[in-house]
Amino acid sequence: MQTEKYLIRKTSLEKLFNNLIGNGKTVYAPKAKGKVTLFEKVQAFSEINDDYIVTTNSAKSVVFPRVEKVFSYKKTKEKTVIIDAANDVFPDVVVWGTRPCDAAAFIPLTDTFNGDFPDVIYNKRLEKVYLLSFSCSKCDEYCFCTSVNGGPGNTAGSDILFTKLSTGDYLAEVVTEKGKLLVSENSTLFETAPDESKEQNLANVKVVFSKDEIQSKLKSIFENPVWDEKSRACLGCGSCVFVCPVCSCFDLQDEVHGSNGTRLRCWDSCGFGLFTLHTSGHNPRATQGARWRQRIMHKFLYMPDKIKVAGCVGCGRCSRSCPANINILDTVTSL
Amino acid sequence: MNSNIYVPYLMRIEKITQEAPGVKTFRLKFENEQEAEDFGFKAGQFGEYSIAGVGESTFCIASSPTRKGYIECTFRQTGKVTSALASAEEGDVVGFRGPYGNTFPIDDWKGKNLLFIAGGIALPPMRCVIWNCLDLRENFKDFTIIYGAKSVEDLVYKHELKEWDERPDVKLVTTVDPGGQTSDWKGEIGFVPSVVEKVAPNAENTIAIVCGPPIMIKFTLPVLEKLGFTDENIFTTLENRMKCGFGKCGRCNVGEKYVCLDGPVFTNAQLKELPAEY
Repeated sequence: MQTEKYLIRKTSLEKLFNNLIGNGKTVYAPKAKGKVTLFEKVQAFSEINDDYIVTTNSAKSVVFPRVEKVFSYKKTKEKTVIIDAANDVFPDVVVWGTRPCDAAAFIPLTDTFNGDFPDVIYNKRLEKVYLLSFSCSKCDEYCFCTSVNGGPGNTAGSDILFTKLSTGDYLAEVVTEKGKLLVSENSTLFETAPDESKEQNLANVKVVFSKDEIQSKLKSIFENPVWDEKSRACLGCGSCVFVCPVCSCFDLQDEVHGSNGTRLRCWDSCGFGLFTLHTSGHNPRATQGARWRQRIMHKFLYMPDKIKVAGCVGCGRCSRSCPANINILDTVTSL
Repeated sequence: MNSNIYVPYLMRIEKITQEAPGVKTFRLKFENEQEAEDFGFKAGQFGEYSIAGVGESTFCIASSPTRKGYIECTFRQTGKVTSALASAEEGDVVGFRGPYGNTFPIDDWKGKNLLFIAGGIALPPMRCVIWNCLDLRENFKDFTIIYGAKSVEDLVYKHELKEWDERPDVKLVTTVDPGGQTSDWKGEIGFVPSVVEKVAPNAENTIAIVCGPPIMIKFTLPVLEKLGFTDENIFTTLENRMKCGFGKCGRCNVGEKYVCLDGPVFTNAQLKELPAEY
């Protein structure tokens, strides 16, 4: 679809928000909580914090919740009945305030959950998710979206991208049919596109490495001291993975309530020692270095090779969240 | 495909065979007749077997695709799920998802000699191929099976070993580790690699299929190479930990190759291209 451009007044944004809530949509937006800003369910426009670089958690949980019921069952000695969770009704969800990196992350995420084995629960959630992103007017030293094909004003993955202009009003770029639908439902709020271009209102995110160069280097450094060196401080806590908007490795676990139960798809991490541990005690990724290598290789070599898009959007969340100050940029640029 | 990829088929345990201490074979039949009719698989493929409320565990389909109407799996009781499976009884319902993974290229082996080398609990993945090929016996030339286990009682499929031994068109060599023999043991005594060296199968026009513990494979491959087998003619399977079976959960990959999608069947030539991550 051809991108459509409109102007939306500062004052109209709140009206748009209220209409979305009024239409019964569940809205997630950045909300300040102590020192951090999190995507959380919000009811009122005033709850939204618009002074953030990126939220601490990503928006992936709207399509890939931390714990997802994939089916439930009822069991007797004679019979087991499965109740398929794909038949559940999933909510209309608006994520308000995704950054271009957050929205871009939905591209590799969706590729991973499709391919030869489409994940119908993921897809059903995604169908009902609207991403209303806001361009970045500032960045910090952890941001590197421009090194991984992204940018502070990129529209890829968003349904609508808002960019704040010098007047305080917003340029609205409507990228998808879903975005168009929201515009048509709120047509009085969207006015003729402004003349001002968005570029001058965007943060200057410097390119620090070449994604293609890293991809090609990674092919020859599977055995390399850099993996142990750069992961020596790693506690194996999994923070980097849980805040990452692209990481989607999971575990399947059963939860039992008497003779009933559910099978759950739960977030997991390649940084955990148990992740690959065989029952025999053998572990193909026995060291934290091997696990850190897997994380980097997966994002910058295996995913670009397999699904033609990197598994990293340069949001910098993993580095900001690491309790041991391990920085993905530091690893990638030292290769 | 609109079905939920996590939902298993429900299968009833028709028959349980105690193969060896801690090792059982289940014969499983589909609860739903339509599913039974639509289901198909090929030699080498695997699945996720589950007990509702406990979880899933990955093993190969141990029966041959030429034997219709059921599938069989053989497993050793080791962890949480296999312990729950081991305590299941005939008539109980278990879950099965699959088939997943690639297959042994049996069609390409027409007119060749086949050499099967297995150790311990790794005969089950091979049994599927063995029966598949035996049911198409006229397609192949010499048929040799070398199978070893720790002790006589640890040998699995004892009835089938006897059946293969009695067939004039199969050469079966069984062996047990030194000290694992019984007083009436008539097979070889020694580790699989040295037995392979002793039997010295002809590498000319021969496909070798090798499954076993890593240590067995490690010492058997050089023997095969010495006998003249090329890397392209040696097949094996990898057994990394899995959760999903379809390339999403992220743990079974060896470098860029996913054991669940690109494997579990690999040639030795392919293995040599992979990093040591298995």
